[in-house]
Amino acid sequence: MDYSLLSSILHAILVASTPLVFAGLGALIQERAGVLNLGIEGLMIVGALAGFATALAGYPLLVSVIAAALAGSALAAIFALLVLRLYANPVATGLALTLFGLGLSALAGAQYVGQAAPQVSVWTIPLLSQLPVVGHALFSHDPLVYLSILMAALLWWFLKKTRAGLILRAVGENHASAHSLGFSVMGIRFLAIAAGGALAGIGGSYLTLVQTPLFVEGMTAGRGWIALALVVFASWRPFRVIAGAYLFGSVTILQLHSQAFGISIPAQWLSMLPYLVTIMALVMISARGEKGLAAPGSLGKIFRVSR
Amino acid sequence: MNLSESVAIAERLSASSKQCLGVRGLTKYFGDFPANVDVTLSVDQGEIHALLGENGAGKSTLVKMIYGILKPDVGSMELNSCPYTPDTPSDAKHAGVGMVFQHFAVFDALTVLDNIALGLDGRLPDVALADEITAVCERYRLHLELNRRVYDLSAGERQRVEIIRALMQDPRLLILDEPTSVLTPQETEQLFTTLDRLSDEGRSIIYISHKLDEVRALCDRATLMRAGHVVDVVDPRQESTRSLGEKMIGERLNETKRTKLPATEKLKARLTVRVGEVYPESSRSAVLRDIYLSVAPGSILGISGVSGNGQDTLFDVLSGELTLPNPDSLVLDGEPIAHLGIEQRRRRRLLGAPENRLGHAAVPDLTLWENVILTARQTRGILKNEHLISGTAAKAFAQEVIETFDVRTTSVNAKASSLSGGNLQKFLIGRELLGQPQVFIVSNPTWGVDAKAQLFIHQMLMDIADQGASIILLSQDIDELLSVTDRICAICHGRLSRTFATEDMTPEHLGALMLGQEIEA
Repeated sequence: MDYSLLSSILHAILVASTPLVFAGLGALIQERAGVLNLGIEGLMIVGALAGFATALAGYPLLVSVIAAALAGSALAAIFALLVLRLYANPVATGLALTLFGLGLSALAGAQYVGQAAPQVSVWTIPLLSQLPVVGHALFSHDPLVYLSILMAALLWWFLKKTRAGLILRAVGENHASAHSLGFSVMGIRFLAIAAGGALAGIGGSYLTLVQTPLFVEGMTAGRGWIALALVVFASWRPFRVIAGAYLFGSVTILQLHSQAFGISIPAQWLSMLPYLVTIMALVMISARGEKGLAAPGSLGKIFRVSR
Repeated sequence: MNLSESVAIAERLSASSKQCLGVRGLTKYFGDFPANVDVTLSVDQGEIHALLGENGAGKSTLVKMIYGILKPDVGSMELNSCPYTPDTPSDAKHAGVGMVFQHFAVFDALTVLDNIALGLDGRLPDVALADEITAVCERYRLHLELNRRVYDLSAGERQRVEIIRALMQDPRLLILDEPTSVLTPQETEQLFTTLDRLSDEGRSIIYISHKLDEVRALCDRATLMRAGHVVDVVDPRQESTRSLGEKMIGERLNETKRTKLPATEKLKARLTVRVGEVYPESSRSAVLRDIYLSVAPGSILGISGVSGNGQDTLFDVLSGELTLPNPDSLVLDGEPIAHLGIEQRRRRRLLGAPENRLGHAAVPDLTLWENVILTARQTRGILKNEHLISGTAAKAFAQEVIETFDVRTTSVNAKASSLSGGNLQKFLIGRELLGQPQVFIVSNPTWGVDAKAQLFIHQMLMDIADQGASIILLSQDIDELLSVTDRICAICHGRLSRTFATEDMTPEHLGALMLGQEIEA
């Protein structure tokens, strides 16, 4: 076996998975607060464009990523306004958000098509990156890969260990009870939506800043939908989102490399593979039917303050 | 309320020793609807004060204003002689007011510890908090395992979570909204001991309940409300359950009665049930084991039990929501029917009314006449040629139900969700009764229903039994079972006790049966 090939495949898997990690965490924090946002795809592509445009203007990576996060947050705030204040149906609003984000980014991004973003520097971690095979694959990446893992850890800590996280989970579990205990369901959900929008925006910007680095209309190519499925797959737990995203990234990359290994399966079957894996995983989870893996109790339900 | 009555109430209020809560002239309108008009309430320190009234009398609106969930349009409140104007529940908590909701404000997927921490400002569910909770639990002898998740808990345990959450804030005034509606007699007893202890410590309690005999046993004073007004303040210990009920409703209550004698044992059973093992659909319910029961024409069989002991599965088995592979498990007039679904059982006039009114027995957002079609479609030409709905026939049927059973609603076009619990239940039971059931299965028909509607529903059941129908009544309400049924048994952990004649049964004995004593495993 060619170790350098294995190493480069592993490296590619991490790069392919990172946008899904960010977007999945973004969807997760919203869903734990009880908000079903089908607009993740729209948030991602708007973040992708905002990050790309900032990088082209000559700003450093950090500023580009912040711009992407703000763009995602701003678009998510529109969703929050419609769903939380005006009681719009969240499913329809989420779908509209996806279409709106795709259209807006195509319009505003037309001028950037064909340009290339500057190369992002790689942070090589000393010593660890010298390890055979895994060294290069795992410890020689752009800063965003490390940030994605840090974010998952941070989100886990927030949900599990802080009072604010406990309140957020309570709002997602039973918004009527949370309201009667005196928590601001709307305020907490607004913050969760804004934070989720920021994470989805960063996930989108990873595509244009690192992965390709180009901007093309509709380049998120369904990753926002996969992120939503990942959250269910991960039974609403941050570290499982990473596991799910890497599994999904692996299948995507293996599909690309399988032809190099001389496996003669029609390419269409291989393209279907990641989605089949997702569906199978979802079926397996719901078939087990454990209580602890259930969705937040108030997920997707509209909350109105009763008179 | 006329002037002399107002003066009398004011005198009784001023006679109070040390006031904890004083409410004066509280008024709250929802649009044009007067929910509370010029309401006056006084609760002394250490007093257990009952708030009585029918559904919609304005009790919940009043306590919501006291707890800061709603804001009064007019009026003032005083707490421990200081002006008290809570804008949010958290203001109320800080001022020393705690509340235990009827529909518990608990989170199923979280642990007991998490649930309690959420009710306390700035607290994390850590070891220090766990120790404090354990201390409070021991002080009031309330047992709770802090690491269990709430979905595993019984109703009584869930209520304990709420009570401890309130007690952790050292409240001066504790409001309990229908606290015993889901408790067993033994759990109720425990709750009363706790409340007495709280009152001995000088804490005041506002106790909302439909159960008048409980109020008489527990409370020092009672404020009676009707249609948003305070109509009287009485000492419940000086009243009978009946006089208290009549003062609350403002009219005389009829006594429920049977016109015929209950069926004797000699009559042949109409429905016989013999079931080995039935596994429930949700893991929260008990597995049914070795169920044997039979019910004769003209007889009412009561099955008591604390919820979660298998009665929901038993209801499904009887009504046909859950069919069994062996047809002989249920025999109706000599015909095996256990394999038949609801529709075929309905054709044999075995009808059922499930416990959950909105969402199970009725579709909340459909009108009353549309809801009629859901079950009564085989009668009165509501379905033409088995497929086409006749709106006219359905509306006529709904109108007949409304008139026959005194359902208070605007018209047959009212949505099911717009009716009060008692009126909707009258409509839903009436819908089945007009189909002239041979066997009628009903589960907790008067849960959350006010006293008058309760009596009305009981009379409805007794009347059809008099006409020869067999009734199986599944209920948690011991008074209901003792006053309505002819024979009675209990279900616990999915097993039935022996069946007793109701006249030989005492509340204590029934309570013991509900907890599984005398049931052989």
